[in-house]
Amino acid sequence: MSIQLRLDQSKIDAARAAAQAIAQDIQSFVDRHTTVAIERAVLRLLGVDGVSIEQIPLPNIVVDTVARAGRLNRGVSFFLANAMLETGLSAQAVAEAVAAGELDLVQLPQHPPAVVQAKLDRLAQVALDRICTKRREREEMLRQYPSGEQPWLYVIVATGNIYEDVVQAKAAARAGADIIAVIRTTGQSLLDYVPYGITTEGFGGTYATQANFALMRQGLDEVSVELGRYIRLVNYCSGLCMPEIAAMGAIERLDMMLNDALYGILFRDINMQRTLIDQFFSRLINAYAGIIINTGEDNYLTTADALEAAHTVLASQFINEQLGLLAGLSHEQLGLGHAFEIDPAVEDSFLWELAQAAMARQIFPQAPLKYMPPTKHMTGDIFQGYLLNGMFNLAGVITGQGIQLLGMLTEAIHTPFLQDRFLALQNARYVMRAARHLGEEISIKPGGRIEQRADQVLSHALALLTRIADIGLMTALEQGLFADIKRSRVGGKGLEGVVQKAPDYYNPFLAPMQQTLATAAGGER
Amino acid sequence: MQSDLTQVRPYGDTLGDGAMQLSFTLPVPIGPEAIEAGKQLLEKMGFQAVSVVHVADMGEGFTFFVAYAKCPISIDFTAIQVPQAATAFLDFDATNEFIRQHIGRRLVVVGACIGSDAHTVGLDAIMNMKGYAGEPGLERYPMLEVHNLGSQVQSEELVAKARELEADVILVSQVVTQKDVHILNLTQLVEILEAEGLREKVLLICGGPRISHELALELGYDAGFGAGTLPPQVASFIAQEFSQRNK
Repeated sequence: MSIQLRLDQSKIDAARAAAQAIAQDIQSFVDRHTTVAIERAVLRLLGVDGVSIEQIPLPNIVVDTVARAGRLNRGVSFFLANAMLETGLSAQAVAEAVAAGELDLVQLPQHPPAVVQAKLDRLAQVALDRICTKRREREEMLRQYPSGEQPWLYVIVATGNIYEDVVQAKAAARAGADIIAVIRTTGQSLLDYVPYGITTEGFGGTYATQANFALMRQGLDEVSVELGRYIRLVNYCSGLCMPEIAAMGAIERLDMMLNDALYGILFRDINMQRTLIDQFFSRLINAYAGIIINTGEDNYLTTADALEAAHTVLASQFINEQLGLLAGLSHEQLGLGHAFEIDPAVEDSFLWELAQAAMARQIFPQAPLKYMPPTKHMTGDIFQGYLLNGMFNLAGVITGQGIQLLGMLTEAIHTPFLQDRFLALQNARYVMRAARHLGEEISIKPGGRIEQRADQVLSHALALLTRIADIGLMTALEQGLFADIKRSRVGGKGLEGVVQKAPDYYNPFLAPMQQTLATAAGGER
Repeated sequence: MQSDLTQVRPYGDTLGDGAMQLSFTLPVPIGPEAIEAGKQLLEKMGFQAVSVVHVADMGEGFTFFVAYAKCPISIDFTAIQVPQAATAFLDFDATNEFIRQHIGRRLVVVGACIGSDAHTVGLDAIMNMKGYAGEPGLERYPMLEVHNLGSQVQSEELVAKARELEADVILVSQVVTQKDVHILNLTQLVEILEAEGLREKVLLICGGPRISHELALELGYDAGFGAGTLPPQVASFIAQEFSQRNK
């Protein structure tokens, strides 16, 4: 239970309606396109994996050959299934033959579309069953080893060496962490392929590979059983390979994924068309796999002023909620982001933080909100920083946040030392234990400073959403309405990977995933 | 009570006591042996009167230490010399006026966080319109044309952009580092600039919490600015140093 504010419900409804219009406008664009990354994800789900002698991932090789023939608009899976019918080989063997230059997928005799499609649907069902098994495995683990109480304590590991990451992750779990994120090596978001195999070197993080996912999952399962508490695993379903990482995460039972196109557009200069299309399929897979997404609007406050730009975070949360729902995610899978970034030199800064955090909690009541710690005003004064993180933890517990990403006292100095993580967990556990039910015991003064501030942020967010609904999200991004950063519709990385679907386009996962998720959502109502 | 500046020691609560506060981790399981190991480690470093006041089990065989000890070493403060960017401090208006009079055109400044660093906090504090601590950033200076390329820019990309924009000044920021990768990144940038024949054409400046002017000079930069630097310090250096070099 969180402290309660009196918010103007008509403003919330109007903001949500504007966000819905914005999301539907984007969705109609998304529905007409596919990308190289989506097609590679389809191949991965169908069982294509591994790399060529030159270390190029087979999904890339197969997609690139079909793209060069100008037929990616048909969907790569059609050509794969056709080749499987023609040759009798498995999906993996077909991909290997393509890589070896022994097979030209597009030149093969074509079987009747209905036959190919039927074959594809059978293959897709195998993949879907595999993901469902993983989803049930998680549910079973959670039944036996229930989660800790929310806010869940989230810490990162980032050594570059997956084996060392596992040791640090286990130590963090023992010290009280509920969620472990493996930070990716620098620049992976800009690679248009997913690296392969177990890796032991990286800069500022560790490569996201399927083998690394599996190793960390195994380590966290071991410690979950030992502690009797399920430890969730997070990675980054962002950058140029969103849908592929989603597929890998679904197969290796990750529990959460950073997954936000807007973040990639603004902070990684990824082309907006490309990543919005990628995002949809990646979120569909995450939704189907029972994975909670984390969105990145908290980052707006690292470049813009946290008081002045608070409404842009709320506006973005509304948009991400609607885009997420359109991709089949449930409210319980929407880890919408926000942050504790107001300058501590400002008088009453803690009141303004409470106003924003409580407001987000009330507007998105079922979402496991992802609350980010101070970073901008962490100066290297680790003692002051430790206190600031304590205030952040207090705000998190009073306002009932879902996911508390713990601040490190050495933020802005280095990637966390083992002891930094340990101290952060000690801090959070103390503050949250001490103030566990404080939010239920205090009432906020009606019409006082905190309520007035929340109303101001909500009003500004509504005005911004109304304007974006008018001009469209892509134009809004071109005008720099978020994070003070302007991005061109045709600029940034990855536009060449966008393909308009032909009338005969087919992706065997779209319909069954959407139908299952729609049925589940209907059942909940 | 007069401090002897030729023999300066850490100060706890008495002049000359040499008291220091330390915290660290050892990869050994907690226990009496761990405490002894922590104590011996500090003694081997030369500390005296070592007192391990807190240990905690961090799991997986790691132990956390908080210790106090006395440092027997002293420093001759009177002999300290720290190179600093030797230009006078000019404020916002004076800097713009200086450029107008002595250079007569806008100076092109290109800035980026290079290599793996995704933290633009420092770069933004110096470059963004809004600036930091009430001091407007370089973007606000009418006599500077500022291009902030943001984070994780590869050195090659930065150099190409500097050439394209005909940059007069390159600013690079390195905030978060791991295993001294910031030194590697900064060195690599200088090498690329030299190979491209651009090094002598630009003022090359780096900044960040682990950067000192001395380190910057050592790495082949024209200046380095550490933690707490404000935009006008950088702007007034740029104006005066550029004018000095292009006389």
